[in-house]
Parts: sequence; structure tokens; C-alpha cells
Amino acid sequence: MSDARFIEALDIARYFDVSRPLVQRLIAREGRRTLKAVDGVSFTIPKGTTLSLVGESGCGKSTIARMMVGLYRPTRGEVVFDGRDLAEARGQAAQRRRMQMIFQDPYASLNPRWRVRDIVAEPIRAFHIARGDEVMERVGEALTQVGLSPLDGQKFPHEFSGGQRQRISIARALSSSPEFLVCDEPTSALDVSVQAQILNLMKELQQRLGLTYLFISHNLAVVRQVSDRIGVMYLGRIVENAPSEVLFGAPRHPYTRALMEAIPDLEMTGRIRVPVGGEVPSPIDPPSGCPFHPRCPLANDRCRAVRPEMLAAGATLVACHAVEEGREAQR
Amino acid sequence: MRRFFDSDLWYSFSRNPVTIVSAIVAILLVAGAVLAPVVAPHNPFDLASLNLMDAFKPPAWTADGDREYPLGTDDQGRDLFSAILYGARISLLVGAAAVLFSTSLGVVVGLAAGYFGGFVDSALMRIADIQLTFPSILVALLVDGVVRAALPREVHDQIALYVVIFAIGISNWPQFARTVRGSTLVERNKEYVQAARVIGISSPRIIFSHVLPNVTGPVLVIATLNLGFAVLAEATLSFLGVGVPPTQPSLGTLIRIGNDFLFSGEWWITIFPGAALVLLVLSVNLLGDWLRDALNPRLR
Repeated sequence: MSDARFIEALDIARYFDVSRPLVQRLIAREGRRTLKAVDGVSFTIPKGTTLSLVGESGCGKSTIARMMVGLYRPTRGEVVFDGRDLAEARGQAAQRRRMQMIFQDPYASLNPRWRVRDIVAEPIRAFHIARGDEVMERVGEALTQVGLSPLDGQKFPHEFSGGQRQRISIARALSSSPEFLVCDEPTSALDVSVQAQILNLMKELQQRLGLTYLFISHNLAVVRQVSDRIGVMYLGRIVENAPSEVLFGAPRHPYTRALMEAIPDLEMTGRIRVPVGGEVPSPIDPPSGCPFHPRCPLANDRCRAVRPEMLAAGATLVACHAVEEGREAQR
Repeated sequence: MRRFFDSDLWYSFSRNPVTIVSAIVAILLVAGAVLAPVVAPHNPFDLASLNLMDAFKPPAWTADGDREYPLGTDDQGRDLFSAILYGARISLLVGAAAVLFSTSLGVVVGLAAGYFGGFVDSALMRIADIQLTFPSILVALLVDGVVRAALPREVHDQIALYVVIFAIGISNWPQFARTVRGSTLVERNKEYVQAARVIGISSPRIIFSHVLPNVTGPVLVIATLNLGFAVLAEATLSFLGVGVPPTQPSLGTLIRIGNDFLFSGEWWITIFPGAALVLLVLSVNLLGDWLRDALNPRLR
């Protein structure tokens, strides 16, 4: 299939049933309750590029990450992996080995009872990529690739620091030679100095191996460093999707602007910041119309009633009535 | 070996006098039981060597004692010391086998319930709940009674040992299942399990190669504590006369035999097997308690 549409999410949604047990529901006379973690999200990732999803905790970023590798099935919509439906692709080992995931917590993502060489060898063995001594050769290569020594293979995960563990995680993900990597906040559990090392490693690997990344983060500075395109999420939806430099240069959606306002920087200290009032609404009971309207300075009656669609504005896709109507400039 | 002596476990062991004493007692009793044919002065099962003239001899240090029989003899003239060693052998065999049985069953059920969740979890745990509402001795008696009624006597005597093992084992698996389920619920949501799922490893393989090695700690502790319970349960069943056949007396059988003569003055027939049972169960339980504390990171 065409490389421009290597990974596609078509209006995917994922609902979770958070109802109380049947008896309690009957006593309290309430219905079922669903949590709309992700509610209608579409994007495409061209081959060899990085799409980042940013947003506050609970906005559905990690749920999307899990849907993109098949850990969750979408309640609605479809994930297309290189022209095939994801669920179908995951049924075949040959397709499954082309996608891998890197996790957030390097202390939980490696089995503490396994030696590093067995952890890294797991995909190699599962996909029968090599046999016998060749397995350990490949493990050595994978460890070298991420800046560790092949001799580290005989140690246990607890003998490594957080950054080194994340390197092991990356080595495991790379050992089956995947093309698509889903990275779920791979640096948020690391020290800032180590974050940069891991990000540089990931960028270098992307250039050398032509990897495609879906990068999940809540850290705009991290995202700026790695992304080609950025999707800003709010309450289970993407509100703005733009090329990295465009998003940072000219943010359109009021929520994106609020996020940009909140980035601490050294040059403009003492600048008056406009805080965003209110709290993130509950995804169990989301607001009508635009999910951001209770906190939005530009909200009007239309925002409260009608859910905005994603519309193109230059290279940017943005879901905002104010932008569509040209009201944003007033601010 | 050096790694073992460097470990936290060994450190905690070496600083705990009660634990050291109970370990020594347990090792002596277990060694005596295992090596009974070698260390016992007599073979109490060898009918040819028994002499009814030797019956009811008191312990060696009393006035009527015979140095041949250090702890005296029972009503059949069997050397009590040898009978205790052979009896402990049966008791430990039944206890260990029962624990092994309930551990295997409980661990498999717990892993399945914790990993798959939902309906499987509810169904398996309700069965465990129902099982827990019956006292375990009652369950064991029930199993024994059913087997006794269902099978002819000769067959029953042959398989009596296995029936007791099954009866004690089946009455005790829910404890293992609950513990393992709890640990499995924690482990299954860890990212290393999800990483394996992304690769496409099958559920049984994830359960046994990823989850199982991470839930064995608490299982070891419960298994040790349960060994004491199982030995006691076997003794109880044998004391009630529904345990192992009288041809292979366990500690419980010896206590029951002695019970008949307690009031006629032959106290040693029941006191010594009883003391051996107490020592065995106490030392195993103390070891289990220590293991539980030593493996609990919050108590370190």
C-alpha cells in the first residue's frame, strides 16, 4: 500500500463499561455507565515519520496506543495497518512482527525473573527469526544497537538503571525488526538528563531503520524534539492535528494555545499567563457540543450545542467553531 | 552456593535463634523419617521379629525398662521409637503429597481466575468460597466416606493412602487459589505481560512462563505452613480411624492405639508419638512463619 497511509485510524472509539454491579444498580435505580476513553479519533501516519499525541492524563492517549497494537479492540471504527485491518493483520505472525510497543514504566515492562538476554530474545523466538546460537548473536546485536554491551545479556533487569532498562525495552522491541513502534510515554519515568539520551537514540534508530513512530506523551518539550506531526487530545478526541513546527509556531485551537501558554521558558519570565479555569470534565459524562466549551474563553451557544468537526486550516486540522468562524483572532 | 550464603534470606536465618532451632529439629525429624529403615533399631512391620512377651514395656530409663526399647513398646510388642520413625515417614509422605496436590490445583485455578478474569474468575472463586465454608476436616471425612462406600474393602485398603492424600489436598486448595489469584491480578496488568501480548505469545505460555515465576513467593510460604496443617489433618483422620490403614501406622494411628491404654497406665504409647507430632508440626510452622516474614519486603 501507499507509504503515505502506512498507519491509519478511522474514527476509532473505545468505551469502557464502568457500571456498578447489577444488584447495586437495581437498588440505586441507575443505568449502565460507560466511560468514553476515546470517542471518534482519526489520523494517518506516513511511513518513516512520527506522529505524537499529547494531552493531559485521562484524555485517552494510552488507550489509543493500546488500540494501535491490538491490545484493545476499538468499540467503533477501524485501525488500518499497511492496507490491512489491524485485527486481521494481528492474526498472522508475519504481520504481527512488524509492530512493537515500548512502555512507560521501565521497572514494570521487564519481567524481573528473566535474564535480559531472554527478555530480548523473546520476540526472536516467538517469531522463529533465528535458531540455536544465532538467537544470542541477534540479542547481542540488538543490545549493541541501543548502546549496551552483549555481555549485559546475562544480568537481571534489577541490575540496571531506569535509562538502561528503557534501552533494554527498546532492544526487545527492535529484535523482531519491526517497522511500526508505538511508544507510550517512553521517557516520562526517566530523569531529564536520561530522557534526552533515549529520545536521541530513538531518533537515530528511526533514521537508520526507517521506523514509523506513534509517540504518546504529556510533555510538549519532548514531543517537539521527536515529532513530524502532533495531535493534541482533549477528553478522548483530537482537537488539533498539525505539523510540529506549525503547531508550535501558530497554534489554532484555544486548548492548544492554553497548553503553549503553560510551557515554562527562560526568556519570557514574568510574562502574564492566562490560566485555564475549571477542571477536565469526566469522560463518563462529557459536556454537550465541543468538549472544551466549559473552559474555553471563546465559547458561544453553537459551541455548547454542536460538536465541531475536524476542518482543514492550512496544514492544520482543527476542531473548533471559533477558528472556523474567525473568532479566534479577537483574543 | 555462595550466592545463597550472601542472600538476605540466609542473613535473616542466621540471626534468628528460634528459626535455627526449629530448622534443626525439623531436619532431624525428617531425616529420621526418611532414613527410618537405616536408623530404626527394629522394623515394626516385620511380624516375625515381634514378640508379644515384649508388649507394654515402659521406656528404658524407668525401673522395668529394657535398653532394647528406648521409648518402650506398644500392645503388640513393637518398639515405639522405631514405630515413631516409620510413622513420621507415613505422616510426612501423606502431608507432603497432600500439600503438593493442593498447591498444584490451587495455583492453576488461581492463575486462570486471575489472568482471565470475568466469568472464569467469578465461577472459580465462587467454588472456592463454597469449599471454604466447610471445615476442611469435614471435607476430608466426606471424601473418605464416599470412597469407602463406593469401593469394596480390599480395593479401598490398597488405595487408602491416596484417598487420604486426595481428601486432605482437596480440602485445602482454595487458600492457594485465592493467594495466587491476588498476585496474578497485580502481575497481569504489569507492562511486561502486555509486552508479551503485543508479541502475540499465547495466554497459557504467558501464564506459565511470565506470571507463574512472579507469584511463587507467597505460594512457598503457604505451602510450608500448610505442611504442618496437612500432617495434623492426617493425624486427625487416622486418630478417627478413617486415615491410613492400620498395617501402615502413621503418628495419628499410634496416638489412637495408645489412647486405649492411657488410663491403664501405659502412658508412653500415646505421649511419645504425640510429642513427635507436636515437635514436627511446631518446627515446620515456625519455619513457615519465619519464611513469611523474611520474604515480606515491608517487614524487613
